[in-house]
Amino acid sequence: MNLKLLGNWEIKKTNSSSALKKFGISLTSIVLGLIFAGLFVLLTGKDPLKLYSEILQSSVGSAYGLSETLVEMIPLALCSLGVSLAFRMQLWNIGAEGQFYMGAFGATYFALFFSNLPILVMLPLMLVASFICGGLWALIPAIPKAYWNVNETISSLLLNYVAYFWIAYLVYGPWKDPKGNNFPLTKQFPDSATIPVFGNTRISYAIFLLLIIAIAMFFLIKYSKWGYEIRVSGSSRKAADYAGMSYVKNVLKVMFLSGAISGIAGMAEVSGVLHRLQQTISPGYGYTAILIALLARLNPISILLASFLMGGLLVGGFSLQTSGFPSSMVSMFQGSILFFVLAGEIFNNYRLVRKKA
Amino acid sequence: MIEMRKIIKEFPGILANDQVSFNVNSGEIHALLGENGAGKSTLMSVLTGLYRPDGGDIYIEGKKTEFSSPKDAVNYGIGMVHQHFKLVQPFTVAENVMLSIKDLKQIYNLKEIEQQIIKQSEAFGLSIDPKAKIWQLSVGEQQRVEIIKLLLLGARVLILDEPTAVLTPQEANALYETLLKMVKNGKSVILISHKMNEVLENTDRITVLRDGKSIGTVHTKNTNEKELAKMMVGRNISDVVEKKSHRKNDKVLSLNNVSALGNNGLLKLKNISIDIYDGEILGVAGVDGNGQKELADTVAGLRMVKQGSVSFCGKDCTKSGRKKRIDLGISYVPEDRMTTGLVTDLNAYENMALKSYRKNHGAFIRWDKVRSDTDRLIQKFDVRLASTANPVKMMSGGNIQKLLLAREIDSDPKLIIAVYPMRGLDIGATDYVRRLLIEQSEKGKAVLLISEDLEDLLSMTDRIIVMHGGEIMGVVNPSETSREEIGLMMAGKRKVDLHES
Repeated sequence: MNLKLLGNWEIKKTNSSSALKKFGISLTSIVLGLIFAGLFVLLTGKDPLKLYSEILQSSVGSAYGLSETLVEMIPLALCSLGVSLAFRMQLWNIGAEGQFYMGAFGATYFALFFSNLPILVMLPLMLVASFICGGLWALIPAIPKAYWNVNETISSLLLNYVAYFWIAYLVYGPWKDPKGNNFPLTKQFPDSATIPVFGNTRISYAIFLLLIIAIAMFFLIKYSKWGYEIRVSGSSRKAADYAGMSYVKNVLKVMFLSGAISGIAGMAEVSGVLHRLQQTISPGYGYTAILIALLARLNPISILLASFLMGGLLVGGFSLQTSGFPSSMVSMFQGSILFFVLAGEIFNNYRLVRKKA
Repeated sequence: MIEMRKIIKEFPGILANDQVSFNVNSGEIHALLGENGAGKSTLMSVLTGLYRPDGGDIYIEGKKTEFSSPKDAVNYGIGMVHQHFKLVQPFTVAENVMLSIKDLKQIYNLKEIEQQIIKQSEAFGLSIDPKAKIWQLSVGEQQRVEIIKLLLLGARVLILDEPTAVLTPQEANALYETLLKMVKNGKSVILISHKMNEVLENTDRITVLRDGKSIGTVHTKNTNEKELAKMMVGRNISDVVEKKSHRKNDKVLSLNNVSALGNNGLLKLKNISIDIYDGEILGVAGVDGNGQKELADTVAGLRMVKQGSVSFCGKDCTKSGRKKRIDLGISYVPEDRMTTGLVTDLNAYENMALKSYRKNHGAFIRWDKVRSDTDRLIQKFDVRLASTANPVKMMSGGNIQKLLLAREIDSDPKLIIAVYPMRGLDIGATDYVRRLLIEQSEKGKAVLLISEDLEDLLSMTDRIIVMHGGEIMGVVNPSETSREEIGLMMAGKRKVDLHES
């Protein structure tokens, strides 16, 4: 490739890039993304450095801030682990948001209508319900994908709205708390249906679930037969057929599990944080999860780190409102980071070299 | 007429052209001979303006010239027919030619273009109907369209990249007649090839490249096959071992009246009946796209039969899928090693597990065992690679094929299906693959060898079936047949009809 505008520099393809280099590229991309977003802050006449330090202060600068960041991290990381599994197989499941809502729906059903069950029965039951509901929701786009190659990107996305309005219907209608002053909420869950929290923070024990799933995912992808099938199918469907792997079955299985994990995130949110179902239970966790999965290059352990980062940004964003910024500013930061991370991808495969004179 | 002086072109880690000098006179057919990866295509990409050289100069009629794009090269009358044609399938011949005309008027006259096509085709023996749609044409006819395109662009130097790879022997002869007419008209032809006998028969001079360097230019009259082979590989190539038949009487595979559909839903295999025996190498000849690939897929279990039955070692397996057939002992070296036979994003040992990964008990793969198996096979099959942890796509073509063969042979199969196993390999690797397959037949394994190279088929196989249009035209014995007979059958004549007339 010869680009005149590069002068003495030339882009050359490289063959290897070490894990350290990849990490460095990601980090640089994030920093550049924040600098770029900072330019816009500058245009509004505010000091971006001050703004960032405020975000940092409020997200990790205090015990409370840190705990809130961890609270946000749980649903983000769970949804991201979910989508990353599908992405491994080149299945673009962007329906984590809907699967999250459906998981919350499944869990809420048991919390509301079997409220007499003891906690040791109730919580596992809610977990299973959210797992199945999230999984089935992801199976809806998976079936046409598997059998007729219908694009799953659009169908999984559109189902997000269906799930959202299904929950809206429930909380405005049949499941509305009669004593709730007409707010769109269900009544509060019984204690047996709430996940215990650490001390007086809002961090629930669901964080253990997150760690277990992340580690299990790591071993699944790296060492298991099924994980191997997923990686082969993701790289080349023809090779998967050639090796006698059932592509159709794997699409269904992977999409189900992908949605199921996001479903668990929904359960963790209603049962561990909100203690009720309400109309908005997510500020777009399922969408940010996609960004996190790409940022982390689908690596389960990196997903934990990236989720912490995005959780912090989210918490910081809430505090931005007090300094006169809309909290949606955070979306712009996210967008800017994603843009630079994707653009930075090129440096994994290419490098700039000085031309010999 | 054209002179390239000390051309240097470097890619990461590879010096593709190392001070290569090369010249073409007007009115000659000049062959560029060399193994794969010798730098032939790179050199021609420099000449057609696709790559800019890192060093060296190009002179056209004595004047130093620099190309900054393929357009420049076209303006100097240099054109190339690539291996993969660049034609729009639903368009007619004339419309395709029109697409490449430089200063086409907004309101164009298709009739005039059609007239020009007919004029050129008559002048050079390139018979073609300008109103025909591309998809209706055979591969040989499509090639003619590419050549006419270049002629109408005013090309004086035509570069053809492996032009006969997709042609029947008869079509290849016709092509060489055309090329001869063109050089008589003062045009020049550069032929990229690795087929020595064709080059010896049809060219004026030959330049041999090896490892990116020019080994020398010789007059075709004054050279012979031995000398060229030595120049190409840098050592003497021993003649192929005389093939002895190791065929036994146990049937490994039989197809009975098998019909199957192609990917486009049309019938691609029609009433195929064949038997393969232990220790036999059964060859399949045919022009690319006449059902060979579908035949291989059907035997491998990747394509379900529409009619007929398949049995393996006496047991019916018509309904069993790919997984079952792997377990039965059917190995498959597919045509497309880069996307089907191997997963090029994964590394060498991950690829070695592609079929054996199921053998482990439990849910996990024992990668330590896979790794040690891979190391053993890499030793045994002499696969050269920088590291087993690098993605396979970083390996060279010959080594990729060796890795694939190593896996397919190591599983101790009863039948090995090999589709174009030597395609794109250099002489050394070709020789290796050939011996490997013969060795397997000595061990009593059956081999179904699909190849486009008649020399290979004639020297390696026990029987050859010739396919055309999804049907078997006949079965011949290599010691009793001729290239002409096979060629006619490849073109659609049945063996029975041939012997009646």
